[in-house]
Amino acid sequence: MIDLKGISKIYGQKKVVNDVSVSIAKGKVTSFIGPNGAGKSTLLSMVTRLLDQDSGDVLLEGENILQSPSDKLAKKIAILKQSNNLDLKITVRELISFGRFPYTKGRLNDKDHEIINEAIRYMELEDFEDRYIDELSGGQRQRVYIAMTIAQDTEYIFLDEPLNNLDMKHSVQIMQILRRLVRERNKTIIIVIHDINFASCYSDNIVAMKDGEVVISGKKDDVIQKQILEDIYEMDINIECIYGQQICVYFDEHKDASVDDFIEDQVHLRV
Amino acid sequence: MLDRKNNRLLIVLSILTLVIGGCYILYQLNFDILFYQLPSRLNRVVTMIIVGTAIAISTVIFQTITRNRILTPSIMGLDSVYLFIQTVIVFIGGAQSILLMNDFVNYIASMLILVLFTVLVFRYLFKFTGSHVFLLLLIGIILGTFFSSLSSFMQMLINPDDFLILQSSMFASFNAINESLIWITGGVVLLMLVIVLKDFHSLDVIALGRDHAVNLGVNYDRKISQLLLIIAVLVSVATALVGPIMFLGLLVVNLAHEMFRTFKHRYLLIGSTLIAVITLLLGQMLTQYVFKQAVEISVIINLAGGIYFIILMLKESRR
Repeated sequence: MIDLKGISKIYGQKKVVNDVSVSIAKGKVTSFIGPNGAGKSTLLSMVTRLLDQDSGDVLLEGENILQSPSDKLAKKIAILKQSNNLDLKITVRELISFGRFPYTKGRLNDKDHEIINEAIRYMELEDFEDRYIDELSGGQRQRVYIAMTIAQDTEYIFLDEPLNNLDMKHSVQIMQILRRLVRERNKTIIIVIHDINFASCYSDNIVAMKDGEVVISGKKDDVIQKQILEDIYEMDINIECIYGQQICVYFDEHKDASVDDFIEDQVHLRV
Repeated sequence: MLDRKNNRLLIVLSILTLVIGGCYILYQLNFDILFYQLPSRLNRVVTMIIVGTAIAISTVIFQTITRNRILTPSIMGLDSVYLFIQTVIVFIGGAQSILLMNDFVNYIASMLILVLFTVLVFRYLFKFTGSHVFLLLLIGIILGTFFSSLSSFMQMLINPDDFLILQSSMFASFNAINESLIWITGGVVLLMLVIVLKDFHSLDVIALGRDHAVNLGVNYDRKISQLLLIIAVLVSVATALVGPIMFLGLLVVNLAHEMFRTFKHRYLLIGSTLIAVITLLLGQMLTQYVFKQAVEISVIINLAGGIYFIILMLKESRR
């Protein structure tokens, strides 16, 4: 369980994150959603000590994270940020091995190699484990980084937009792996995600943010509501139930000649 | 697989260092003046090992911190401050000043001022800039330019004879180094080396960038300010001993990257040190035996380095 108590971050005059208090349940997938600039990534950075907050406390199972030593924390929480460009000659396997650093400080034993192999299998990276990462596509690289956080084997895993650069197939694959981690290993997963349908289909809980504040936080069915989402994103959103999942259909209903003619033409063509 | 290749490469480089070092010591050895010649050559070799190590290690660490392969610690302005110190001594005391004439006094004064400069400016600024390394470097560039402008202004004013003497300290030289200074520098460099090697794995992690390093439990800000201090000490003692020679670092670290093709600091640190020593030995042999002391070793290294970078650029652009 992670408790955020009155977290704020101020850049100049602007409060990027304003007095956020929210609890993150253990053993669940929690998604942070909201428009660009809502402060989701900044909040995630503060929760994982990458960034110092201006006020407020983050309590990890009752303990203030700024008071625990960083190397001890690295065995409890893992964070993967969204931009990862490395200009290093490093192979997939070597990068994933870094996940073991908090435990081994660089000296790997047999058990570590086993965990690394397992992470490679988990993310289906066997075919190119010896390739250099600058030879991989954006999607493959993203999977390598996620494998590294899996090798870190922490109870809490924070991912900042893990579906960036990924096509539908790999997005679904990653979300299924995250669910598997929760089910099989009782991990707690916290993600920042832009696609609200992915959030709706794969999360247990959702925290919706806007302008640096939490609008609502709760079970996903309580958050994926027409009125709430329309307020957050300031656009028309319809929610349909398809195969038992709440799916948001959010193609703007405002009248706009250039777009509407196009849509109407297509409707006529189909008829 | 790659590790085995790199281990072999390290062994080859070590043997090469020994062979070239041996050649340098034994070449045209005159047995009539053996007791003068041998210690003098040994001193030079030891100096080159110490300076090569200091320059290579500091540049590798610096490039890891800044995640940039074309920077050297000279961007922190230490070379300029060194020249400024020498210029001020001549400007105030003239070329006969004991601070310039006495190697020992000059070394201690230069080293203390350089280390003090770095500690005060960079430690303070590191807190002030909120640990932004690049902001720190920008300030370093400005300070460096400030001090070198001030130096050239003073050099205009001093009399030409003094300037000629001052000029000799503008180029690195391995000739006639005071023996006790070699041991002091050697001790300092060895101490820094031990601190770095004890924790070289965390350099690998720092190379991944701040976010990854913090995530993996490295106390990043503290580690960086510790490493910056080590770099400053290494550069200061090496510069105070032989003069400004930072271009060497750029050359050897890039050569090490080309040869080893790895991110692992185990190879980069040792490899670039060996390459630095080899480069210095070859440069010194050229100055001594081919050019008969007519040119300074730093000129040769700058020339070789410049040519290497042009070749590298041409090779890269063809890819």
